[in-house]
Amino acid sequence: MTLLSFDWALVIEKLILIVIIVLTTLLITLYTTFGERKVAAILQDRPGPNRAGPFGLLQPLADGLKLIMKEEIIPTSASKWLFILGPGLAMTASLMTSAVIPWGTDVHLFGRTIALQIADVNIGILYIFAVVSMGVYGIMIGGWASNNKFSLMSALRAASQAISYEIAMGLALIALLMTTGSLSLKTIVADQAAGHWWNVVYQPLGFIIFFICAMAECNRTPFDLPEAENELNFGYHQEYSSMKLGFYLFAEYVNMIMSSAIMASMYFGGYDLPFFDETTVAPNIAAMIGVGTLLIKIVLFVFLFMWIRWTIPRFRYDQLMNLGWKTMIPLALFNMLLTGALILAKL
Amino acid sequence: MSIIQILFFALSAFAIGSAIMVLVSKNPIHSVLWLILVFFAISGHYILLNAQFLAIVNIIVYAGAIMVLFLFVIMLINVKKDSEPQKQFLVKLLGVVAGGSFLTLLVALVKQTGQIQGRTLLMKDGVIGLIHPLGKALFNEYVVPFEISSVLFLSAMVGAVIIGKK
Repeated sequence: MTLLSFDWALVIEKLILIVIIVLTTLLITLYTTFGERKVAAILQDRPGPNRAGPFGLLQPLADGLKLIMKEEIIPTSASKWLFILGPGLAMTASLMTSAVIPWGTDVHLFGRTIALQIADVNIGILYIFAVVSMGVYGIMIGGWASNNKFSLMSALRAASQAISYEIAMGLALIALLMTTGSLSLKTIVADQAAGHWWNVVYQPLGFIIFFICAMAECNRTPFDLPEAENELNFGYHQEYSSMKLGFYLFAEYVNMIMSSAIMASMYFGGYDLPFFDETTVAPNIAAMIGVGTLLIKIVLFVFLFMWIRWTIPRFRYDQLMNLGWKTMIPLALFNMLLTGALILAKL
Repeated sequence: MSIIQILFFALSAFAIGSAIMVLVSKNPIHSVLWLILVFFAISGHYILLNAQFLAIVNIIVYAGAIMVLFLFVIMLINVKKDSEPQKQFLVKLLGVVAGGSFLTLLVALVKQTGQIQGRTLLMKDGVIGLIHPLGKALFNEYVVPFEISSVLFLSAMVGAVIIGKK
């Protein structure tokens, strides 16, 4: 049959990889919520959740069970389909980023070379950018469909915030691309692993800009204006209950993990373990070490996100916009010019 | 039928169906959301043509940025179904006639063009849509038009800021 003339083994391999990555991400997300509560507790000098299981380790399961058992409410005046679509879209968009992240070097199994990356497209970074710009739809649609003034205000805030910070983020990425010369994340990480310095050495300012913008895109404090309780009650997910609310809350954590993975890959060497020669061990073991290294880097970044959240208070809305347009964008432009000048001078 | 043909027809049906829904939807927000789906289908076509850069830029710029602004504006002015002015039957009829004539014109034009007559589309082939050849072409052969268009964009941006400040 000509219809089915493609490599089925590749399809199955990719499907298994997708399932593993999505499930692992969700599992880590579960424990990120726990980590968030513990970090908050430590920073506020209190014990935090410690009742469910040893050290409170079963707390995320208890939280999830509670969310599922809650009554599902769809407001009568809400736009029903869009109300359901909103949280699903938020979750999908945040998980889609994982497709281009290289999780490790190649693995050799059953006589096949398996790349630990779902798709090595030569536009990897632009793909991430496209997915990030999709992420705001989940919030906008959910906020509008709720038919609540607070939700709508919050949705509009989220959208304008996302658009404003995407510009600086893109400009920071352009400077990075000028030094790497490739849009493929696999190439970028492989170059860093091949003995060069990590990109953060060449792009310190770019990294700081990217980090701040990532925080704004994830709607994390100090940028969580869309869910400012004291102004907007709960923001875009005010009318949501049960697992739909859970999806919105979860999507934020998935976003955080994904942006940590991207930052680790682009600026901090990805799966590269420093001062360690991967060629001295078997390829499969080297790949596993790579995956472990990337996970540790992700956990460190997620901790940094939490640390900042529980230390710095929220901005006012005009401060947020001023920071985005009058500080971040000129800084990113300056960084781009500086990078260009340095590249020219080296030649 | 090869898998590419199946994908082509599925994407085309998806694009046309969504485009019809854009027109049929009573609620402007729904129209915008269907329009986003149209852009996604068109990006799928670009990927079939191996024009990855075009596909992703189409999503970033159109589906990601411009449509967010559309949604933004429609949400802000809060268009309701019942407040929308009802058009007269004659106006609707005229619209159908004008649209139909334009469609006929387009079909006739495509049929007459010699360059695309009797040729099949090159699917999943060619490198001009990939980012390296595209960048080389833009900054070598077409560098003057490229820079002029960027100046045009800059002047549009400055104009928008000045209008916004008034």
